[in-house]
Amino acid sequence: MKSRFFTGAAVVAVAALALTGCTASADESDSGGGALKIDVPDLPMHEKMGDFEDSLDIVAWSGFVEPAWSDDFTAETGCTVNRRVAGTSDEMVQLMRTGDYDLVSASGDASLRLIAGGDVAPLNLDLVPNFGDDIVEGMKGQIYDTINGKSYGVPIGRGANILQYNSEVVTEEPTSWSVAWESDSPYAGQIIGYDAPIYIADAAVYLMAHEPDLGIKNPYALDKEQLAAAIDLLKQQNKIVSEYWADPAAQITSFVGGNSVIGTSWEVLRKLSEDEKFKSVLPEEGSTGWSDAWMLSGESDSPNCAYAWMDYTSAPEVNGQIAMGFGMAPANAAFCDLNDEAKAHCDYFNATDEEYFKKVWFWTTPIEQCIDGRTDVQCTNFQEWTDAWLTVKG
Amino acid sequence: MKRRAHLAGLLALPMFWLIGIYIFSLVMLLVTAFWTTDPFTSKVKPGFTLRNFEQLVANPAYLSTAVRTLVIALAVTVLCMLISVPLGIFMAKIAKPWLRALLAVAITLPLWAGYLVKILAMRVTFTDAGFFNWALAPFGITGPSFSITTVVLTLTYLWLPYMAVPVYTAIRQLPANLFDASADLGAGAWRTIRTIVLPLIKPAIIAGSIFTFSLSLGDYIAAKFVGGSTQMIGSIIASNINLNPPIAAAFAVVPIAFVVIYLLSVQRTGALERM
Repeated sequence: MKSRFFTGAAVVAVAALALTGCTASADESDSGGGALKIDVPDLPMHEKMGDFEDSLDIVAWSGFVEPAWSDDFTAETGCTVNRRVAGTSDEMVQLMRTGDYDLVSASGDASLRLIAGGDVAPLNLDLVPNFGDDIVEGMKGQIYDTINGKSYGVPIGRGANILQYNSEVVTEEPTSWSVAWESDSPYAGQIIGYDAPIYIADAAVYLMAHEPDLGIKNPYALDKEQLAAAIDLLKQQNKIVSEYWADPAAQITSFVGGNSVIGTSWEVLRKLSEDEKFKSVLPEEGSTGWSDAWMLSGESDSPNCAYAWMDYTSAPEVNGQIAMGFGMAPANAAFCDLNDEAKAHCDYFNATDEEYFKKVWFWTTPIEQCIDGRTDVQCTNFQEWTDAWLTVKG
Repeated sequence: MKRRAHLAGLLALPMFWLIGIYIFSLVMLLVTAFWTTDPFTSKVKPGFTLRNFEQLVANPAYLSTAVRTLVIALAVTVLCMLISVPLGIFMAKIAKPWLRALLAVAITLPLWAGYLVKILAMRVTFTDAGFFNWALAPFGITGPSFSITTVVLTLTYLWLPYMAVPVYTAIRQLPANLFDASADLGAGAWRTIRTIVLPLIKPAIIAGSIFTFSLSLGDYIAAKFVGGSTQMIGSIIASNINLNPPIAAAFAVVPIAFVVIYLLSVQRTGALERM
C-alpha cells in the first residue's frame, strides 16, 4: 500500500475513507515520498557491479532461501549461499546488527529500525533490472522500505493476517472481527490471538472501524490515548482467548486439536492444516499484514553477490518459487502469467488484487513521529508497545 | 613451590570456566541492566540509569508475573517431592530387583528425549481432542486445557528425574535395620516415614528441590506452548531481549534474587553441609 506515504491532501482523504472502513488508495501518494522525513545515517550506495565475491550470508524467513533455487544461483555466479533462518523480526534485527550478514528478508516492522539504525544501505535499483514494471503496484515505495526518497528494499512478497475459523463450529462466515474481540462472542474461550507486541495494531484496526471517536487513522500511529484504548481491547480479549500463537506449529495444532475455533492466521497456515473445514476471510474492518523485502547490510563484504541475489530472486520464476514455497503473494506479477499453476497460486493469494490489499495495513515499526501525518501529538514507539503488550497478559 | 604449580595446573580449567565464562557473563548481564536503549532503533547504549528498575515497579505486569512464576516454581517443587518420596521408598525397599531396574530406567528415560519434543508431546496430550480429555471423558472430567495448571504439570514431568533420582539414592542408602528397629518399637509405616525417613533424606530432597525450583523459575517454553495466555518471567525476558536488552537484564535479577533467597533459607536449616 503506497498509502503509507501521506501527503497533506492524502491525510484528509484517508480520514474520510477510514471512517467507512476503507483505507487510502494507491495513487494518492505518487506526488509524495517526502511526507515522512526521518534522520537516518547516510550510507553510501553501491555504484556499479564488480567481480563476484566468494560467498553470500543471508538472514531469511524459513522457506525464502532454498537449495531449489539457490543452487542455480551459485552455479551462475559462483557465490556460495549461506542461510540463517530467523524466527522473528526482532531476531532478524539483532542478527543484522552483528554485521556478519549481507542480506536480510525484512518485514515492515523490522525494516524501519534497520534503516534508522544505519544497519542497511540504500539500494541502487539500476543494478536490479528485474525490479521493474511487473512489481505489483502495492509494493513499490512503501514507507517501511523507502525513506527520504531513497529505496532500501527489494520486495519479495506479502500476505494478510486473516481471520481463520473452523466451519464445523462457526457455521456462518463471519464478516467482522467482532467475534474475536467482543466479550459476548459465542466462541469465547476458543479464540486464538497473535503473540507479539505488533498485535496491538490488530486491535487498532478494529477500533478504527468501531470507535471512530478515537480518531485512529493508521494502526501504527497511535498516541498515548489510542494505545491505551487498544490495550483495553486486548485485555478484554485476553479473557476470552484459548491461547496466543507465535510459532506456526502451535497455531496449527491449536486449530486441529480443537482448542481454538477462530482467530488470527495466515493463508499458508490454513493451507497447511490440510482440512477443508478450516476457512478464512478478510473481515470488513480490514486487517494487518506483512510485506517482506530484501535489504542489504551496510557492512556487507559481498555487495556484488548480494545485488546479483536480489536481481535473481526478483525474476518472475524465482520470485514465484519463493512465494509458493512460503505461501504468500509474490511481488513480481509477471509470475502469475507464466502458467496455470502460477495463475492459481496468484488468485488464491490475491497477488494482483490491489482492492484486497487496500484493506491490509502492513506491519510497520511504530515510531514517535506519527506516520499518519499528525504533528500536534507524539505517537508511541515500539518500546512503549512492547511494555504495554506485557500488561495484556498481566 | 612445585605443589603450588600442580595445584594451579589442576584448578586452571575449572577456575577459567567459573570466573571467565560463568561469573563474567553474569556480571556483564547485571551491568547491562543499568544501560539505556534507543527507543527507535533499539540499540543499546552504555550509561548509568535506574530507569529499568523503576520500570519493573511501575509496570504491574512485572510484579504479577514474578509472583506467578514463583508460585509455579514452588508448586512444581512440591509436586515433585510428593511423587518422589513414595516412589523412592517403593523402589528402594519394596520393589523386586527387576522392577527396581525397570522403574529406574522409566524415570530417567525422559531425560534422553529432547526438551522441545517433550513439551510438544504435552501440548498434543492436552489439546481439546487430545489424550487427556479422551482418557478422562468416561468419568465426565475435562482436562485443564492450556492453562497455568498445564504448565505446572508439564514442568513437573520435565524436572521429576532431578528430584526422583537423588531421593531414591538417599533412601536406598538407609540401613534396613532402622526400619526394623522402628517397627520393633511399635511405629507404624506412616510414623516411620515421618520420623525416620524424611529427616534422613532431607538433604537429598533439598538438593532435588534446588534443581526443580530454579529450572522452573527460568523456563518459558512450557508457558509458551501449553500455557494458553500464561506469562512467566522468562516470557517477558524473551520478548524484551531483542528490543530492550537492559530491561530484560534488570528483570533477570528477579529470579536470581529468588534463588539466592531460597538457598539462604535452605542453608539456615543446615542441609547444605550434609549434601
